[in-house]
Amino acid sequence: MTAAVNRGSRVGTSQILLGLSIAILVIVVAVPVLLIFLNAFWVDGAFNVADVVKVLREPDTYQALVNSLILASGVTVTGTIVGTFFAWLVTRTDLPFKGTMKVLFLVPFMLPSFIGALAWKMLLSPRSGYINRMFMDVFGLDGPVFDIYTYGGIILVETMYLFPFVFIQVAGALERMDPTLEESARISGANLFTITRRITIPLVMPSILSGSLLIMLYSMAHFGTVAVLGIEAGIYNIPTLIYEKIHQSAGSFASIRTGTVLATVLVITAAFILWLQNRVLSRGKYQIIAGKSFRPTQLKLRGLRVPLLLFCIAYIGFTIVLPTATIFMVGALKTYGLPFTAENMTFYNYKFILFEWQLTKDAIWNSISLGLAAAAITMFAGVIISYVIVKMKVRGKGILEFLGMLPFSVPGSVIALGVILAWSGKYGVNLYNTVWIILVAYIARYMAFSLKANSAALEQVHDSLVEAARASGATMWQALRDVVVPLVRPGMVAAFFLIFLPALRELTVSVMLYGPTTRTIGVAIYTLSEDGETVYSAALAGIALVIIVFGESVIKRLFKVGRKG
Amino acid sequence: MADVRIQGVAKRYGDRAVLADLDLVIPDGECFTLLGPSGCGKTVLLRLVAGFETPAAGRISLGEVIVADAADGTMVPPNERGIGMVFQDYAVWPHMTVADNVAYPLKLARVPVEDLRRRTQAAVEMVGLKGMETRLPSELSGGQQQRVALARALVSEPRLLLLDEPLNNLDANLREEMRFEIKSLQKTLGVTVFYVTHDQEIALGISDRVAVMDAKGRLRQIGTPEEIYERPADAFVFGFLGLANFLPVRRDASGWRVGADGPAWTEAPPDLGDETLFAGFRPSDVILSREGEGLAGTVIRASFLGAMMDYLIDVGGTSIRAALNSHDCLDKGLMFAEGEACRVGLAAFHWFPHTSLEDAQ
Repeated sequence: MTAAVNRGSRVGTSQILLGLSIAILVIVVAVPVLLIFLNAFWVDGAFNVADVVKVLREPDTYQALVNSLILASGVTVTGTIVGTFFAWLVTRTDLPFKGTMKVLFLVPFMLPSFIGALAWKMLLSPRSGYINRMFMDVFGLDGPVFDIYTYGGIILVETMYLFPFVFIQVAGALERMDPTLEESARISGANLFTITRRITIPLVMPSILSGSLLIMLYSMAHFGTVAVLGIEAGIYNIPTLIYEKIHQSAGSFASIRTGTVLATVLVITAAFILWLQNRVLSRGKYQIIAGKSFRPTQLKLRGLRVPLLLFCIAYIGFTIVLPTATIFMVGALKTYGLPFTAENMTFYNYKFILFEWQLTKDAIWNSISLGLAAAAITMFAGVIISYVIVKMKVRGKGILEFLGMLPFSVPGSVIALGVILAWSGKYGVNLYNTVWIILVAYIARYMAFSLKANSAALEQVHDSLVEAARASGATMWQALRDVVVPLVRPGMVAAFFLIFLPALRELTVSVMLYGPTTRTIGVAIYTLSEDGETVYSAALAGIALVIIVFGESVIKRLFKVGRKG
Repeated sequence: MADVRIQGVAKRYGDRAVLADLDLVIPDGECFTLLGPSGCGKTVLLRLVAGFETPAAGRISLGEVIVADAADGTMVPPNERGIGMVFQDYAVWPHMTVADNVAYPLKLARVPVEDLRRRTQAAVEMVGLKGMETRLPSELSGGQQQRVALARALVSEPRLLLLDEPLNNLDANLREEMRFEIKSLQKTLGVTVFYVTHDQEIALGISDRVAVMDAKGRLRQIGTPEEIYERPADAFVFGFLGLANFLPVRRDASGWRVGADGPAWTEAPPDLGDETLFAGFRPSDVILSREGEGLAGTVIRASFLGAMMDYLIDVGGTSIRAALNSHDCLDKGLMFAEGEACRVGLAAFHWFPHTSLEDAQ
């Protein structure tokens, strides 16, 4: 036989894939982050920590750090309480319509929180908010009932959108928990209160903690709500101050340095929170008793059944229906501030935004094309990188595994800043003010989603499936084509939509990178609102909501069909 | 023509040597089993033959073809070795129907459609899956999935069939049934079979010849099932082929006795050049009596298991197991209670030198 294949050429293929994977992650994620660190710590060609400390002690930077801490802790506490309570309610009690309630509590995940913040601004801003005005007009109060431009207001709004992190984790843990653990405690003579305190809560604690750390991570890096509700009252957190510094100062050296120092703090905090979450999850592993669904014992609510159901309905009505309705109603007003009566309402705003106004038409087009491109590119890059990490035995994989962790711990505003540093012409390529710089940033921002979905799918593909194909006579590429790709396809599709939908409503990254003609939907909604074009802003937000809800339901349908087939 | 020749093969993972200087020949048409404890490197050897691993030294040839040679870097990829393989976890492709799974090797070989259909059908019927051609693996039981894997491995009429613990994940009844089926398929098709397992019953039941490998990847004995069961080369082989008792027999001033101060051993053992030898025997080879001839012992534990009585007996400080037919025990008054004295005779036993016991258990 002459067809002897020597080992060199096969190692070659692996090396190429490994090199490609490393190159993608280095260019897209590592270089921007590195440039941020470099700019933060490297002053006039020398390593300088004292200067970093100096920047951090400037009043506005210091205040932003404190604010981030206050807001993130506040949201974490309230979100954890709300999420745990509702999770317990829909899994461990005989609350009516539990299934429906469970689905409804997940809706806030779907809605962009900055659009929610806009709605609450319209309802509760101190002077012109509809609810505040109603109270002042009807009851003759001389001040607002509730001022949303406060720490409390921001925490409230963020809680509404972030509590599902805890809700999902805790509901999942409560459902998976082996009921015999509780039953055996009961047999040993413990009452329900003791069981809850001694058995249930300790077992669910890792899930609660892990969920609340996720809330903290998101809140720490959250831009939209604080930008909409805080800036008016002078409340900045880290991301909004980075935005302010970069955006207002048109790239002066001092402001970029402040930005990079803040970004460094954000990255370190995020990495720390993720590390903590990992530890909590691995410590809590003992309690996960198989993925099976048991029938847990339910607490009979008796007289509280109906009141608690009404409470849930009121919560959903207040946090989901009311703001959504407000957006659509304000979007239909002829002029902002008019009462909601038939003669003040028109569909013309929607028509204008969709078909006539170049600015919004551009924004919609930009978001859709950017979303599609980012989703497609990130999906394929994610498959390749995950394949190398999960399946290949090749030297140097450790570097890739480390690089693969990076996207998870780099918040959006950090990526945006890093991308500005890397692609603004300083290193030969100038993408500033073009859609390309936004595309690069999107790829970096959503790489984590793609890696997660694709490696999960790849881990399902056992090595023996590929080896069986090889033993059947398939070459490496035939085995990939006939076995690996078909089995990973659902993961790839999931990755695509996991990226496309959030990209459609993206604000944090695009707001720092947009140029005159490269607004995205999120940027357009935000800037219109800032410019006082509240009605058009609301109308565009309404359209965005329609697109998002439509997209989500298409995917749900798609995946149900896919699972049956 | 499809004899497997393994010459001086070695395999290392990092610093850990899994196989070293291993020689093995499997003649064409033989059903050959490699038996060994888990983690001993037997699967590595199978994967070396399949082409999923590259030898660090040595040469492997299938028939006339050298498929791997560490000396000149020859490495024929698995898809060009003309083998069929069945994996421990079946490795049936979940997105393909039974027929698609089985037809895949033929499709790759570009067999004409008519031919492909006929041969696929024949293979499906051969493993008893007729009528399930359009099912997906998720709609099949574990045993049925393993049949699909078997049909897929055989459909292209490979020269060599490699089986990697294919029956491990099946329950006991199914395992027995599949064992007979693999054996009869092998006889009908005349394919060379290289079977890897840690289950001595399968190995003895299915093979023309068995090789026993120890935990360090060394071959201890190669022979027919009867040979290795009746004439084990050493204590390891004896211990691996079933429950085994080892009684230490020591020479002292007055002759031979069990343990340090146990009962005397009347018949002198063969000269193995050792002061301490081991008598190895199966629990079923123990003959118990209340008094008379035999080694004096004490019953430590008596368990009634239905058809059998299982006794744990102390003989001169060593615990041995004895399995007796329950009817016999009842008839002959041999239902011992714990703590009772007994006499132990042996229907058959083997002598093993002191050194050979060290890695036997």
